[in-house]
Amino acid sequence: MARLTNDNVELAREIIGRYPRPKSALIPLLHLAQEQDGHLTDDAMAHIGELVGVSSAEVLGTASFYEMFKMEPVGRYMVNICTNISCQLRGGEELLEHAEKTLGIRPGQTTADGLFTLEDVECIAACTEAPCLQVNYRYEHRISNEGFDQLVNDLRAGRRTDIPSHGVLAEVRQHIPDERRAGVVTPEDKAAPVWIPAAGEGER
Amino acid sequence: MAESDVNPIDGVAVEINGVEVIAHKGELLIDAAERTGTYIPRFCYHERMKPVGMCRMCLVEVDTGRGPALQPSCMLECTPGMKADTESAVTKKAQDGILEFLLANHPLDCPVCDKGGECPLQDQTMAYGPGESRFVEEKRHKEKPIPISDLVLLDRERCILCDRCTRFAKDVAGDPLIHFIHRGNNTEVNTFPDEPFASYFSGNTVQICPVGALTASTYRFKARPWDLETTESTCQTCSVGCRISIDSSRDQVQRFAGVDIDPVNWGWLCDKGRFSSQAVTSDARLSEPLVRDGSGLVPAKWSDALNRFAKALDNASSAQSIGVIGGSRLTNEDAYAWSKLFKGVLATDNVDAQLGDGLPAHAVLGLPGATIDEVCAPGGTVLLLGPDVKEELPVLFLRLRHAAVEDRVTLVEVSPRSSGLTSLTKASVHPRPGETADVVAALMGTAAIDREIAGVAAAELEAARTALAAASGPITVVLGRASIAESANVTVAAASAILAARPDTTFLSALRRSNVRGALDMGLAPGLLPGRVTLEDGAEWYSEVWPAMPSAIGLDTEGILRAAADGRIDVLVLLGADPLADFPDADLAERGLTGARTVLSVDTALNASSKRADVVLAAAGFAEKAGTTTNIEGRVSTLSQRVTPPGTARADWMLAAELSNRLGTDLGFESFGDVLAEISAVAPAYLALDQAIAEGSTDGVLLPLDVVVIIDEEDDDIVIVDETVVVSEDGAEVDVTADVVVEESEVAEDADEPIELIADDSDVAGAMPPFVQFAPIDSIAAPPVDSYGFRLVASRKLYDQGTLVQSAPALAPLAPGSIVSLNPWEFDRLGVAAGGRALVRTAKASVNVTVQSDAGVPRGVAAMIVNQADGRVSDLVSVDELVAEVRIETAP
Repeated sequence: MARLTNDNVELAREIIGRYPRPKSALIPLLHLAQEQDGHLTDDAMAHIGELVGVSSAEVLGTASFYEMFKMEPVGRYMVNICTNISCQLRGGEELLEHAEKTLGIRPGQTTADGLFTLEDVECIAACTEAPCLQVNYRYEHRISNEGFDQLVNDLRAGRRTDIPSHGVLAEVRQHIPDERRAGVVTPEDKAAPVWIPAAGEGER
Repeated sequence: MAESDVNPIDGVAVEINGVEVIAHKGELLIDAAERTGTYIPRFCYHERMKPVGMCRMCLVEVDTGRGPALQPSCMLECTPGMKADTESAVTKKAQDGILEFLLANHPLDCPVCDKGGECPLQDQTMAYGPGESRFVEEKRHKEKPIPISDLVLLDRERCILCDRCTRFAKDVAGDPLIHFIHRGNNTEVNTFPDEPFASYFSGNTVQICPVGALTASTYRFKARPWDLETTESTCQTCSVGCRISIDSSRDQVQRFAGVDIDPVNWGWLCDKGRFSSQAVTSDARLSEPLVRDGSGLVPAKWSDALNRFAKALDNASSAQSIGVIGGSRLTNEDAYAWSKLFKGVLATDNVDAQLGDGLPAHAVLGLPGATIDEVCAPGGTVLLLGPDVKEELPVLFLRLRHAAVEDRVTLVEVSPRSSGLTSLTKASVHPRPGETADVVAALMGTAAIDREIAGVAAAELEAARTALAAASGPITVVLGRASIAESANVTVAAASAILAARPDTTFLSALRRSNVRGALDMGLAPGLLPGRVTLEDGAEWYSEVWPAMPSAIGLDTEGILRAAADGRIDVLVLLGADPLADFPDADLAERGLTGARTVLSVDTALNASSKRADVVLAAAGFAEKAGTTTNIEGRVSTLSQRVTPPGTARADWMLAAELSNRLGTDLGFESFGDVLAEISAVAPAYLALDQAIAEGSTDGVLLPLDVVVIIDEEDDDIVIVDETVVVSEDGAEVDVTADVVVEESEVAEDADEPIELIADDSDVAGAMPPFVQFAPIDSIAAPPVDSYGFRLVASRKLYDQGTLVQSAPALAPLAPGSIVSLNPWEFDRLGVAAGGRALVRTAKASVNVTVQSDAGVPRGVAAMIVNQADGRVSDLVSVDELVAEVRIETAP
């Protein structure tokens, strides 16, 4: 629960190598850190800053811009219930109220067992399937109160193996073959690739 | 940015408020408007930073041929035919609207805000904003000021998100430790948790903040702007010579702020300079003279103290038995007065303004000079051969950083360890201490380097050599002492090698103490006389104005201390100097102070050395006396008096004049202007300085001036064009009087029109002497490498145990303390660990310090910091050695 693990540092170097500038790997590495710890720890952000060569404040500035990076611990399952117009018309708010009762928490809170965090979100682009929600950004369509209870029970019982814990973007890791990598291989090597003009050159 | 004459052919004709003006090519509309007299309000735009168009306050109606539209004038380059209206109804409505938006969340706590009275938001709301707010909702609330560093506090409610501080931190200082955090309505400036804005330049953000969001801990609730009296002066914390304004209230200095001048500081200051304002009002300041009686140093009457001081000088057995150390913290006038007293009245040449931690005077004054602007000229190549400028000359660091990042300047570093600029260099090599000159000689060569030299791999050397060889014109060198554990001769030998290989190279001396250049220029060094001339060359020139003259070249600080230790110094005078803390060899300093029969001190506060004095005269310090100062470039700028000195402390030149009177010689000085007039009339490099200052700008005066000396003889007018050689119209060298009377003058607009000095030939004093020449030395042999030992690098950090830092309560805790930094690869073989303690041992002594892991320190080198609280480096260094070799052992 701190800096990136050695395995993840290996992975981070591989990710950094995909880009011509180490800094470009910032967002993917933040996802990696969130995958590791479920949220972004200060230590992980500082570590990422070291890896890509920016200050911790710049990492925090970037990460905090995005709602989906969590700076505080959240549950294993992040439940986002839509209350925007389409879902609202189809019972989204009632669904949210039911979820609050079922889980015993208000939006923004996490259950005592650390399993669920509830959020009230704006449109998640599935209006045809309203009311809908996401668990760790995986859709559940046309959810009824009973459906919600079933979902919670399944998650509690570990029956929903298709939904990994919060922070995991995909079960299959992207792999970019060496020949298609854009840039440097290690963050220590700061040399820019030849096709990017050095800073300050060109028109002034 | 400030040139007013624009060639219409290079310019761009634009129309601002119906008047055609000529803008520079690429000039921003907001700048062109301001330059031609139309101020466009702004918050985020700052003329020393790149525009961002963040605040929208500078919206003006602009027509570029497609009809008028509102555009931010800070993001808009002038194009031919552009028409801007800064006063149209549309523009005014936009300004009004932007201000209403900005004020929606800005608290109206102006009555308790430090910025109130000098606040751009306040001022511009009055000038351009709505009379009252329509916003009745609750404003945003955040915790009132949170400290983002030891010196700066942030009130996020007041912040208008203009991006000035964050841009400064990232783009100018290179310390992106503050950043916008969160998004939209929740956006705020903040640091990373537990990672404060610990930048050496953090105070600048307070100065450029257009609201009261950033305030300085030293100035909060101290004064209101309308109570402040302001005087412009020149910072004396280091020798860069940043222009500052001194604000005082009730005769107390309250704060310093940067003043923007093109050739030096661009408005920036380092935190040491800015917050040293506290040191002026320190309780430690001497307010009356002290003399030693049986019980120690006790306050005395001025007449008693001066009499005792004078008597001690008078009783010295010979001129050679007087030694004078210090003077780098004085004004030029002070330095000249002391120089005249000691050299011209008492005839001793044992005078040295430097404390063995600088460079020989012939190197500082005799090497071909470069200005900061020349060093930082776009596209140039700079060899960094000196201390870490970020630690010692911080604003020069900002200029060099800007040059490297924005102006395509190639930096090549040769230093014993990495520095604050290393990451910006094209090549950086770290030779073993003591062997720098060999590396520099190789880098100057034309042949490829295929072998290791001084511990630096061939490939690294070749990269550095190639970078230097690629320079399109002459290179410039920032030259100084990277380590006081290494003899200055190493640096001189390196400079000699450069000059031999590339005679067109110019040098900027990276010396640290505020007016060290001025002190050397005023002759406070052995073998020198005022005006950058040697004793030998200038003795005749000065014979008419100085009653006496040293008979031979005297001793430098090291020599004086050695002589004192041997009992050959009767009187040791300390002019604001603390050899016990600053001389590289503490043991020799101790023996010298003990061996001198009488120690006399002139200082603003007691220090370790002056506590040992028999008489201490209380001197007026910075902001308490007027004068001139000379920065590392040789640029003279003015110092102004803003407050009265504490108690009865007096300016040094007055003390020199008083003492001289008591010794039976009238120096002829009744005001600092008298001293300046004499300097301007006799000191060769300073001829006509007073005229140039009177007619010059706040930029200061770069010396030597192009002076024409006209001897006012009836038939034989003599015109001298070159400032160094005095010739008559028929080409023969002539004598020029030392007693120059200025009758007519004009300050040259450019170098083509020299200043005319009209002199009478009533008392001819020989030909004007030539300036000091650099005395090159050959490469020197370093001792053989001791593979069990480490070579010591003793360098400075910005904050140390010096009087200035320690008398400023805000700065004193920032001194890092003693550490030894080692390459992490050394830890295993030594059995030490980062954070643990180790003994650093030389033949002389050993000190027990904390170990720090630092990959920027090469293997085989132990890096320590000078003048920190515990474990003095100067205990380890011996001036007899070329480099200090140390052993490192685990502490028991």
